[in-house]
Amino acid sequence: MDFELSDLEAQVVATARAVARDVVAPAAREGDRSGKFPAEILRTLASAGLLAVNVPEALGGAGAGPVAYVLALMEIAAADCAVAVTMAVTNMVGEIIARYGTREQAERCCPKLASAEWLAGAFALSEPGAGSDSAGMATRAARRGARWLLNGEKQWVTSGDRAGVLVTWAKTDAGAGTKGITAFLVDASTPGLVVGRHEQKMGIRASSTVSLSFQDCELPDSAVLGQAGGGFRVAMSALDGGRTGIAAQATGTIRAALDASARYARDRTAFGQPIGEFQAIRFMLADMRTEHDAARLLTLRAAALKGQGLAFSREASMAKLFASEAAQRAVSKAVQIHGGYGYTDAFPVERYFRDARVQTIYEGTSEIQRLVIARDLLR
Amino acid sequence: MDIQLTDEQRQVRDLCRDFSEQELRPNARRWDEEHHFPREAVQKLAEMGLMGVAVPPEWGGAGMDSVAYAVAMEEISRGCAGTGVIMSVSNSLYCDPILKYGTAEQKREFLTPFARGEKLGCFALTEPMSGSDAAEMRTLAVARGDEYVLSGTKNFITNGPQADVVLVFAMTDRAKGHKGITAFLVPAETKGFTRGKPDQKVGIRASGSCSIFFEDCAVPKSCRLGQEGEGFKIAMSTLDGGRIGIASQALGIARAAYEEAVAYAKERRAFGKPIATFQAIQFMVADMATEIDAARLLTWRAATLKDKGVRFSAEAAMAKLYASEMAERVTSKGIQIHGGYGYIKEFDAERHWRDSRITQIYEGTSEIQRIVISSTLLKD
Repeated sequence: MDFELSDLEAQVVATARAVARDVVAPAAREGDRSGKFPAEILRTLASAGLLAVNVPEALGGAGAGPVAYVLALMEIAAADCAVAVTMAVTNMVGEIIARYGTREQAERCCPKLASAEWLAGAFALSEPGAGSDSAGMATRAARRGARWLLNGEKQWVTSGDRAGVLVTWAKTDAGAGTKGITAFLVDASTPGLVVGRHEQKMGIRASSTVSLSFQDCELPDSAVLGQAGGGFRVAMSALDGGRTGIAAQATGTIRAALDASARYARDRTAFGQPIGEFQAIRFMLADMRTEHDAARLLTLRAAALKGQGLAFSREASMAKLFASEAAQRAVSKAVQIHGGYGYTDAFPVERYFRDARVQTIYEGTSEIQRLVIARDLLR
Repeated sequence: MDIQLTDEQRQVRDLCRDFSEQELRPNARRWDEEHHFPREAVQKLAEMGLMGVAVPPEWGGAGMDSVAYAVAMEEISRGCAGTGVIMSVSNSLYCDPILKYGTAEQKREFLTPFARGEKLGCFALTEPMSGSDAAEMRTLAVARGDEYVLSGTKNFITNGPQADVVLVFAMTDRAKGHKGITAFLVPAETKGFTRGKPDQKVGIRASGSCSIFFEDCAVPKSCRLGQEGEGFKIAMSTLDGGRIGIASQALGIARAAYEEAVAYAKERRAFGKPIATFQAIQFMVADMATEIDAARLLTWRAATLKDKGVRFSAEAAMAKLYASEMAERVTSKGIQIHGGYGYIKEFDAERHWRDSRITQIYEGTSEIQRIVISSTLLKD
């Protein structure tokens, strides 16, 4: 036990910190206002190796491992959660294709995702009528000769309109439950892939969230990711990794809220002294810091287990649950510490407050995390 | 990044877990009811090297690291939280400062037999009118010839009723405030040393605490630990380490509550099925386990930093703050899951809840921890 970073991990963190400070943070406020997709920033992230942190070098990635990945994400998220979620999804798509894809699939997709030649990757799992209960999906892929015919609706697809490739899931055997689900790689140019509504979100506004429909999309056999009928496992594996990502994002959010609050508490005076001298304020800062560190350690533990090839599903859920819930408390305290100014756009904490809210929802709600944890412990 | 226990730390954990299960857990309820000091169990802890875990073997200890100590404290406290604090005081509050600040001669006399567990030490800082604000202490030590003469009262001294030696803090120069505090090692047989009746406590009732009194209590100058005026520094650095011990104790208490609640939830049926199948119970279990893990990571991080010899005050404060507050939430959920049975002494759930409460108070209240943590954040 040393809790120490390797040289490579430390190097990735330093790179991410510099990019966050120089490129991501200065654009965050405008990105939130305009809701404009951060294409240029993603290209900068790509050139810094941050879009494929845990993808093998042979496939264009940084090959730096899951610990480096979550640490890099914390840095970017502390600057801008919208960029962070876009980065996270592209990273996970590359990772999942590298892991479950054929060599041909990986060589075709991963380098383009890593380099931002494709600006993003996307996962299309949720549907209008099936969120947490993904086995209840209605999207179908039917055999037509040597090809698959894909039909259905997907919802809440991050970067769905910007992605060069989407990983999606469909039922290929309606009677087989979770064993009848297959994962597919769908190129953006596939006829019948129709981008629907752009969601207007309360936070992470510079990230793109769309609905999609597959209307008689014809896919070759080579579009199957993993085994036919093995899609549920791919989804769960993507979600486990994804949860460490959202945990990292939430941890970065707490740090941003804490840093802004500590700065304000030193500068703002009331009753003749900086408000940081009052215990009412100090104690909020102490609790934010403590929960930040706990969230960070839970996230690092899950990532470290993943890096060692050990089971980390429960630990990822604990990290995601704890960090996202702690983020809600931290951003609310940050607004409180800033008083009236916290409720306006004069300070960034109102953006943190809005950005954080989705973290207890996406990649598995807090309720789903508790189910995952409890089922594992009560077996 | 390596967050795994070493083989040696695992062995310590398993050894302590077995001991706790066999020797502590079956007796803890009775010791609690009778306010009974578990002398035999403490003797066995001593034989296992647990009264001086991090003390080098040359001074009678087990020569292990702070992570091993944290792991051992959690396991012992899981079986009996009162026994846990007896061990914590010996390790963190008594042996540790003597190892760090004592002369070789002091270590021979005041450390080796204590690390071996042949004798028991205690730590006397708090007074009736001075708790968190140690600089307000009233106990005086006046130099007179080759001696110091101590007079004053100390309060809530864990291990006080049994201690052979007291590590006590007294003012040698009141005008200097906390810089006028000096530490002394006072053998209990010293003339002028007396103890009050043991305190009647809410929890951790297997451990004893009491007031102790110094009335013209003269000790040779060789009993001074460190330099004159160094006492506050000794006390504060000792408490940094002590907080790792209390965080671990809180963890052990929470784990006891958690494990027993899980076992109960699997057995107990309602509405035709085990209550463990209801989300209301599952979600409590998930939150309990998550918070326990968070607390353990904070605690092990602080211990790791201590072993590296770098500053760990804020990290120890975070561990102690989080773990102790967590323990109250987790033990309360433990009662809730047990329903009515949680409120009666037929189960241990109520004891865990009572035991947990002290961890937010001693070795620095939660409020003091928050001051320690926030002071690092507000520096320019």
